[in-house]
Amino acid sequence: MEANPRSTGRLPAAFLTPGSSSFMDFLGEHSPEMLPGNRNLPPVQGAFEAPHGTTIVAVTFPGGVVLAGDRRATMGNMIASRDMEKVFPADEYSAVGIAGTAGLAVEMVKLFQLELEHFEKVEGAQLSLEGKANRLSTMIRSNLGMAMQGLAVVPLFAGFDLDRERGRIFSYDVTGGRTEEQGFAATGSGSIFARGALKKLFHEQLSEQEATTLVVQALYDAADDDSATGGPDVARRIFPIVTVITDEGFRRLSEEESSAIARSVVERRLEQPDGPRAALL
Amino acid sequence: MSTPFYVSPQQAMADRAEYARKGIARGRSLVVMQYADGIVFVGENPSRALHKFSEIYDRIGFAAAGKYNEYENLRIGGVRYADLRGYTYDRDDVTARGLANVYAQTLGTIFSSAAEKPYEVELVVAEVGHEPEGDQIYRLPHDGSIVDEHGSVAVGGNAEQISTFLDQRHQDGMSLAEALKLAVQALSREANGSEREIPAERLEVAVLDRTRPQQRKFKRIVGRQLKRLLEADGAAATPTDAPSDEEEGES
Repeated sequence: MEANPRSTGRLPAAFLTPGSSSFMDFLGEHSPEMLPGNRNLPPVQGAFEAPHGTTIVAVTFPGGVVLAGDRRATMGNMIASRDMEKVFPADEYSAVGIAGTAGLAVEMVKLFQLELEHFEKVEGAQLSLEGKANRLSTMIRSNLGMAMQGLAVVPLFAGFDLDRERGRIFSYDVTGGRTEEQGFAATGSGSIFARGALKKLFHEQLSEQEATTLVVQALYDAADDDSATGGPDVARRIFPIVTVITDEGFRRLSEEESSAIARSVVERRLEQPDGPRAALL
Repeated sequence: MSTPFYVSPQQAMADRAEYARKGIARGRSLVVMQYADGIVFVGENPSRALHKFSEIYDRIGFAAAGKYNEYENLRIGGVRYADLRGYTYDRDDVTARGLANVYAQTLGTIFSSAAEKPYEVELVVAEVGHEPEGDQIYRLPHDGSIVDEHGSVAVGGNAEQISTFLDQRHQDGMSLAEALKLAVQALSREANGSEREIPAERLEVAVLDRTRPQQRKFKRIVGRQLKRLLEADGAAATPTDAPSDEEEGES
């Protein structure tokens, strides 16, 4: 008697078979229809619109790494959501920020979190940071079919590497290609402008406080020039989500903290709309 | 070829139960009990790699006595069950009661199936609530029954004697250090009434701590923190989350 796993009968044999520590492998064997990559899409003619998440930025500093995202999701010209959350903890020492098709991206993050947690529980040890980054690569690649129909998911992955004792950033392309970024990175529609700002303001010896301010500055610049990226919304009290990962683990800045940073950035911009200036030479 | 002779069903089941009980009795006992901030798991385990206790889900822990490969299989099955259920529905929809039911069905089917040998394991599934009243502890003997336990429970070789000892002494609202000491005291009593010392290195201790800020409440207590708790004079000491050297072995 093998019961449906959704009911409360006996555990089906697949559950008790020794095998992979990967939740995705288990899902692939036991209920493959639940894996995002196994869905069959009907061919689509013309443009297909679904909410898109926009800009994510990351910056390393000597004690760790900061990952932040704006709050806007757009659908064509329309703002689909003003207060979407696009940065999630992946586990205790890493986080993932998502740009691209929002629905698929959130599902991917959910599965990614579970994948890491499942491994940790079964094996009794965490995956290495590289291992985590590679798992994410595989997941993006399994979404390739959808990406080619315009439903791409492009995350940014950041974590604290406990072996090397420093923060690291990995960026991805739609085919799952993985690149380790030195210092800073950005993804999403506003990333071009954010990267410009990061490039001019980043240096190796940022403090945590400076790094969190820098990501908000970069997001401000992205919102300034990209209509799909949302800037700090003082009226509605919607501020970027800023997370910090150090050797003490993942921490999301509270609303007071992120609003304080955002407000000070906005205030300075009232005097200097283009933001801080880098030296010419 | 020998002629198969008749064995009454009662006798057949009694033999299987006897077989399973003997297997379980060979293992060392372990104790699961409530304390003020959650549920503590204490057992004697000389191995640092093979755990008797582990995390199943956010608020659910697992303890097992008996044959390692059999309970390890059940543990992984439980992790898969919980993760799949949480993925399909929501994290709040994974409950100890549901998991205990699935384990009971599994153990019961195996126990009464003539084709399989009975599992020589006894499990405990515990869930920590938001308040002490919400704590749940289920004991699952080898035959697929479920016993809803309150306060404290012992499984393994010397379980009955330890349970009686604990029932007389366990109180609601004990601090972690008090609960831990009581558990160690109970575990050090031999069947013949004598006592022996169990050094901290041979203890495996874990907690489901409802005060833990993280979503996942399971935490192993090892090294210095364990020593400190064993030495503490009852009061004060509660598990702290900070120092990273004590976070090792988190799983």
